[in-house]
Amino acid sequence: MSAALENAPVQILPESHQSPPVGWPSWFRELQCAAQEEFERCPAPSRKNEAWRYSDLAALDLSSFLPATFPDGPESLIAASCGLGDVAARMVLANNRLLALDTKGLPEGVLLKPLDVAAREDEALFREFFMAQPVELGSHRFAELHRSRLESGALLYVPPGLEVDLPIEIFHWVQGAHASVYPHTLIICGERSKVTVVDSFRSADGKPAFACGVNDLHLGAGARLNYIAVQEWSDKTLAFHINSTTVAKDATSTALCANFGGAFVRGESYSRMIGEGARSEMFSLSPLDGSRQVDQRTLQDHAAPNASSDLLYLNALDDTSRSIFAGLIKVQEGAHRTDAYQKVRNLILSDTSEANSMPGLEILADDVRCTHGATSGEINEEELFYFEARGIPRSLGRKLIVNGFFQTLLERIEGCALRTYLSRLVSAKLGVSPSE
Amino acid sequence: MSNTVEKPDIAIDRSIGDFRYDVNYEFDAGIGLSERTIDYISDVKGDPDWIRQFRKDAYRKFLEKPMPTNWASKDLENIVFENIRYYLSQGQQPKRSWDEVPEEVKRTFERLGIPEQERKFLAGVEAQFDSEAAYSNIKAAVGQQGVIFVGSTEGLQKHPEIFRKWFGKVIPTGDNKFSALNSAVFSGGSFIYIPPGVKVKHPLQAYFRINAENFGQFERTLIIADEGSEVTYMEGCTAPKFETATLHSAVVELVALKGAKIQYITVQNWSANVFNLVTKRGLAMEDAEVKWIDCNIGSRLTMKYPGVVMKGRRARGEVISIALAGDGQHQDTGAKMIHAADDTASNIVSKSISLGTGRSTYRGLVHIPKHLKGCKNNTECDALLINSHSRTDTYPAISVRGQGNACQHEASVSQISEEQIFYMQQRGLSEAAAMSLAVNGFVNDLVQQFPMEYSVELKRLIELEMEGSVG
Repeated sequence: MSAALENAPVQILPESHQSPPVGWPSWFRELQCAAQEEFERCPAPSRKNEAWRYSDLAALDLSSFLPATFPDGPESLIAASCGLGDVAARMVLANNRLLALDTKGLPEGVLLKPLDVAAREDEALFREFFMAQPVELGSHRFAELHRSRLESGALLYVPPGLEVDLPIEIFHWVQGAHASVYPHTLIICGERSKVTVVDSFRSADGKPAFACGVNDLHLGAGARLNYIAVQEWSDKTLAFHINSTTVAKDATSTALCANFGGAFVRGESYSRMIGEGARSEMFSLSPLDGSRQVDQRTLQDHAAPNASSDLLYLNALDDTSRSIFAGLIKVQEGAHRTDAYQKVRNLILSDTSEANSMPGLEILADDVRCTHGATSGEINEEELFYFEARGIPRSLGRKLIVNGFFQTLLERIEGCALRTYLSRLVSAKLGVSPSE
Repeated sequence: MSNTVEKPDIAIDRSIGDFRYDVNYEFDAGIGLSERTIDYISDVKGDPDWIRQFRKDAYRKFLEKPMPTNWASKDLENIVFENIRYYLSQGQQPKRSWDEVPEEVKRTFERLGIPEQERKFLAGVEAQFDSEAAYSNIKAAVGQQGVIFVGSTEGLQKHPEIFRKWFGKVIPTGDNKFSALNSAVFSGGSFIYIPPGVKVKHPLQAYFRINAENFGQFERTLIIADEGSEVTYMEGCTAPKFETATLHSAVVELVALKGAKIQYITVQNWSANVFNLVTKRGLAMEDAEVKWIDCNIGSRLTMKYPGVVMKGRRARGEVISIALAGDGQHQDTGAKMIHAADDTASNIVSKSISLGTGRSTYRGLVHIPKHLKGCKNNTECDALLINSHSRTDTYPAISVRGQGNACQHEASVSQISEEQIFYMQQRGLSEAAAMSLAVNGFVNDLVQQFPMEYSVELKRLIELEMEGSVG
């Protein structure tokens, strides 16, 4: 654990089942009532809907889940909330409540605070950016559920021109059988600002849980954001992660989603290039085993000329796991000189796993370069033989090849410490951690 | 190229097919569709009872099935089923010799060059005028080998033992709304049977022609290639320009038995107010091969996704597709590859060109279910956009279960490179000629897969379309 957190003024909040820690302002409560009505009005997903094609709708049964209660042993959760060593700030939320917040390492002017506090203290900012993008990829109903049940979350605002050198770490915990949590991360990067955020999603126990999260990233002109979502829910968690990213002129966003856990994980990523020279990099890695399912839908929406986007999603599928990838590159009228790329690679490791890919293109401008690719294949026998010839058992050789498959993606992440951290997580998940 | 200089719209030359004659139809089922229309068609054609029943069941399915509007073009909503004429013909029996064909119909087909084509190299030809085959002939040499090449009506009456076994088996009636509609009112199309081991040297050919306004053509083609046989079939389609929309909705079923090969070539050049909604599927048994070569130049909206079900080991399926979408046209084409046995291989190559306000769409499905080994699929789709209002979409769906299979899909969208055009202009070509050459280069490798006559024709068509592209 880092020194920064040990010295942090840990704020333990009073136990409360009914009311959230600070409480939303009344105008937000009204929004929540409207969202509740909208949620009830929306039809449940149907496979006839293209956005839910191939989806396992039986996995979406929410009837057994209960509201999350105040977590037991908050100190131990805080103590366990460490990933990277050196961080600029750290925030710990569990069961929809803030447990700890340390912002000492942040430059003056950078805001990192609970959402409910931000709704009162920074109302204009909150109103402008909170869930401001439409949910286009099928989970509108679940986004409304999220909005209606939201109790807290993280808001990060980096003012124009400021650079935060060290990463900011945010933890979202779920604890208790059948608990439901609504993690929310809202990041607003001012013009020419720069920041790296690691958003960690963890289960305190191996019990079934429901997580329905939203993360919205807003990049002003010339901003640079690295956003890493490390999803380590228990293998019995049903999770939704609904993301939107808006990239203005000459700004660059790099977002990586590492899916290590979850029984059924639905991830929706909607990236909009709204200014010339905007760039969005969208990465995902999912080592899947058991009967886990990852259902990912993405949209690279080019609304401005001269912008670029690059998507690379990697899945390794073992046992009876299943993956769905549906991606769309949309080039709007007038978005000339767009350069968009999209690739999904499925490494199939068992006879009972299944990979579904639906890479799509919709092009309404003529001067563009758009390519997409989808591959599904198995481990190369020659590579395995190479290991065997050097005395490495076949089973370990397979794991090393899968590890290598994911490590190539990590090379595209900025920051040595961050890369090492992610690399260790991947190796640990695959059981090939190097001996210390 | 700049986004400021707008390339002028390109006019498409379809003058070859744009003519029509007034014909007095002996049989006319009238406008609109009901059980009575179906009884009328069955009475006129002298259908056996099981076909009459088949049509009526299909009609009910047609009414039940929704339009595929959740994913398909909204333009489908503009089809008014009540305004369509479902059956028109001048009499039953197709003529065997050119001289017997009625004068107006003969003029139509002469303009399309049918007897001339036949003299040149075709093994057999059948020409359909609205609902029924007007002319059908097969060269004696091919007939002696036991090849059957007749209209679907004649096939079902004279060869029921083969016809009934496979009819409606590759594409079930309820596959989609339009296959149900076809099953209810089908008329015309070809029935082909190639006996075991017979390799038909020259292509068999069919022409489809819509001559009447508001007419729907619903031909039904069934080709059965028995063990070890080989056949190539070509179809061409034309229609004059009418004021109102016309519907063409065919069903084509291919059956390639063990070791057989079927190649099915389509050059579709319907006029720009035809809704072309076609269901095509082939069944490939052990070591068999089904190859669709599909070229879509005409129509207002085409929705066509030729498919191959690879049912036997080592079966192969292939779709080669070229689409050219001009002003106001939407070419929604693609392919379906269903792997249902080990070691099956499929290949899809699709190239599309969008001109003016044209829109081309690729929609694909590749399915490799559990417990299959050694299946391979390769998909490539490339799109070329010519003008700034042109549009292209790609929507593939690839589903792979289990290891031991390999799938790859690639697609790209690009524009003709400025350097290419500049290079050619430097050497004295006009911009239009350079564009035309570049487009021809883009599709050249696919065009070469067409038989010579067609590939020459296609190149010429593309040149015509490019004519006048610079004002």
